[in-house]
Amino acid sequence: MREVAVIGAGMTKFGERWDTSFRDLCTEAGIAALEDANVAGEQIDALFVGSMSAGRFVGQEHVGALVADYVGLGGDLHVPATRVEAACASGGLAFRQAVAAVSSGMSDVVIAAGVEKMTDVGDSTDVLAGAADREWESFAGATFPGLYAMIACDYMHKYGLTREQLAQVAVKNHFHGARNPFAHFQNEITQSTVMNSTLVASPLRLFDCSPVSDGAAVVVVCPLEKAREFTDTPIKVLASAQAGDTIALHDRPDFSTMGATVAAGNSAFRQAKLERKDIDFVEVHDCFTIAELCAIEDLGFVPKGTAGKFTEQGETQLGGKLPVNTSGGLKACGHPVGATGIKQIWEVVQQLRGEGGKRQVEGAEIGMTQNVGGTGATVVSHIFGRA
Amino acid sequence: MTVARFWREIPQRYNLVGTKCEVCGDVFFPPRAICPHCRRDGKIVPCQCSGKGKVLTYSVLSAASDQFSALKPYVLAIIELEEGTRVTSHLICEPEEVHIGMPVKSVFRVLDREGSDGIIHYGTKFVPDL
Ligand SMILES: CC(C)(COP(=O)(O)OP(=O)(O)OC[C@H]1O[C@@H](n2cnc3c(N)ncnc32)[C@H](O)[C@@H]1OP(=O)(O)O)[C@@H](O)C(=O)NCCC(=O)NCCS
Ligand SMILES: [Zn+2]
Repeated sequence: MREVAVIGAGMTKFGERWDTSFRDLCTEAGIAALEDANVAGEQIDALFVGSMSAGRFVGQEHVGALVADYVGLGGDLHVPATRVEAACASGGLAFRQAVAAVSSGMSDVVIAAGVEKMTDVGDSTDVLAGAADREWESFAGATFPGLYAMIACDYMHKYGLTREQLAQVAVKNHFHGARNPFAHFQNEITQSTVMNSTLVASPLRLFDCSPVSDGAAVVVVCPLEKAREFTDTPIKVLASAQAGDTIALHDRPDFSTMGATVAAGNSAFRQAKLERKDIDFVEVHDCFTIAELCAIEDLGFVPKGTAGKFTEQGETQLGGKLPVNTSGGLKACGHPVGATGIKQIWEVVQQLRGEGGKRQVEGAEIGMTQNVGGTGATVVSHIFGRA
Repeated sequence: MTVARFWREIPQRYNLVGTKCEVCGDVFFPPRAICPHCRRDGKIVPCQCSGKGKVLTYSVLSAASDQFSALKPYVLAIIELEEGTRVTSHLICEPEEVHIGMPVKSVFRVLDREGSDGIIHYGTKFVPDL
């Protein structure tokens, strides 16, 4: 197994990109990543594209080939392109496939892309519901906000989380998003913005939810030993973990614990030979505010039931003990589902290079990502360090 | 949903017929063909659920997909059946009424209609068991 490094990263602005098509989002992020990596088309061995539901969002399947073609790798170069799908974890999983391709020795320079064009469809709620069990959750009326709301209801009942603590997750993520020029929302908000916003699925309100966004993000990986041929600031992949769980939320023993996050997190820490305290910052999957609290607990950073207090004390904000979601998270940076997992890695790369601008984590050396598919049936987690 | 897709699961959807593993005793609704604990050593047989259970967690939905838009606001709940298995369902009650631990029972209801002259899907929903 060879060690792997990220040598380039690029993303589009996330948001309602009415003027930009699926393929143009890919090209925009792809060019940014290739320029960043200093890589020429001829050097690229393979491409992995994470997309949750291009078929239902834009009626397009076979998007591996489409993306390769439109970034100029299809026709002349015949680069092999593979689409990867695991709902909202499609991006993280595409990255994991790219890492596997390089570490196995099968390929040298590999691209991992993530993309979703969500605003071209009317009923995005129904498309997203396909990430749950269609027969036995969605057909019963479950939506994603509804499923995560049932996690929040369970969590609040067990641990006495306050509405203010939950709102603070969104306030903090908007604070970070306001410092990320690529974020969907770049405005700061207050707890009352969250608590006075309309109810979506009790107890979750509009500002507890990630938005419906368009966007793409792309990173380039290669063997660590070759990374310095391309960049002075390679970022080393210290761990690549993935875990699964039941497709339906109702089959989990504890709705407030994502078993796959616990398993993937443990595996990642084992691989990297690191302790929780070694992590300087983390990008987690806050598709809804409650999910961020569960994530930092299930990854083992704080005991179960205490993440609300930890957040309220400012420890997850820039300057705190463990900055969480400096990109703005899914809440403020936006959540084009297939792109999110790659965007998390993009953010880790910015931070580890010291290019985080107004949201730079001081002295950041080790960063982690956690990307969730559905309500936790797939979790992908990576740890990165400066090489 | 196409006719065949719904029809295939009519016994389960109309009558709460799940399955049971005779080796470990676990009951599955929604039904499973393989016991996740015993796997190939398990023995799966049909199992009629009583329809009685209690609410484990819930949410009142004020936003929904187009299919469920007419129901808004509606209560979505995870219900633990007497047999120990859990099911996600629309719970027919006032939003203020629902609480964790609330006893509920299954009822036979219209799930949805495919337009004014399309197929009507029936199935199981839950109501408070007073
Ligand atoms: C919450 C949700 C239902 C809101 O959708 P909506 O009511 O159709 O919202 P609209 O697009 O009509 O936007 C209405 C306004 O709210 C804003 N808005 C939309 N979503 C928002 C969000 N999540 N947070 C803050 N503001 C939001 C819009 O910018 C718009 O503002 P404007 O009137 O100033 O332009 C939708 O964002 C959603 O489904 N989010 C969850 C996505 C999801 O499930 N992802 C998968 C997770 S696993
Ligand atoms: Zn069994």
